Amino acid sequence: MSEHPFCQEIFKSLSDYFDGGLDEALCQEIESHLCECENCRIVIDTMRKTIDLYHITAPSPECPDGVRERLFKRLHLEEFLKREAKGT
Amino acid sequence: MTNNMNPHPPTQPEISIEALHQGDRSEFARLVDTYSGPIYRLALKILNNPQDAEDVLQETFFKALRGIQSFEGRSSLATWLYRIAVNEALMSLRRRQAGQVSLDQVAEADQEPQEPLEVADWCCLPEEELLTVEARQFLDAAVEELSPPLRVVFLLRDIEGLSIRDSAETLNLTETAVKTRLLRARLFLRGKLSEYYQERLAEVKKP
Repeated sequence: MSEHPFCQEIFKSLSDYFDGGLDEALCQEIESHLCECENCRIVIDTMRKTIDLYHITAPSPECPDGVRERLFKRLHLEEFLKREAKGT
Repeated sequence: MTNNMNPHPPTQPEISIEALHQGDRSEFARLVDTYSGPIYRLALKILNNPQDAEDVLQETFFKALRGIQSFEGRSSLATWLYRIAVNEALMSLRRRQAGQVSLDQVAEADQEPQEPLEVADWCCLPEEELLTVEARQFLDAAVEELSPPLRVVFLLRDIEGLSIRDSAETLNLTETAVKTRLLRARLFLRGKLSEYYQERLAEVKKP
């Protein structure tokens, strides 16, 4: 990724590039660099894919029933156990 | 805030901080039902142990219940709860590893990231290759390999979907430190996944 001097610049800006913290001019510069630098393109593509895969495979944010029940008991909120908050 | 810890169905009103301050127990129960899922998931991902994660979950809401009077609303309820949970989870890790979550790990987490080495293009692998049971296990194991300071940043930002700013607030770090750690974590994971999927790629290409 370091054959081209601009590759270093991209590397420094990688996180901002993914998190939308770059100004438009630099973004465009990166985009056009990616058209001509295969290594940078692969690093960026596989980085994006890595983040995507973790998104896709993340478990749903729900407590198993037993865990929820014990939590409510610990907090002395048993009377509210039946108030299902799942769904609408 | 751009996180997905905001699972109110649109028909439900927002949690009322005023009601919580007045000791409204049913409102606290609603707070628990709103945020216990994401908190449990986070604890499970940090600790990789259901019993420890459940302890962290209970301790988090127990402390929230005790401390709700001092919550002034300067951060969101979500950020406040995440902060308590992360501290509890890191303490749990320290207890388990007997002090191995050390200052060294923190110093290491803040070092300049290394440039990526693996440049195999495995994005073209079909979804069924990317998401096999084995691949999913590999993904989980790779996160576990991250040192706790990096793991926590990655989970908050890329799994829980907190913004950089909210992650920084949750962890009491500067945004720059969050970005550095996040980049290190993502580079590490990308490297691990590249090694793994490169092999799959070779197998797929075999005649």
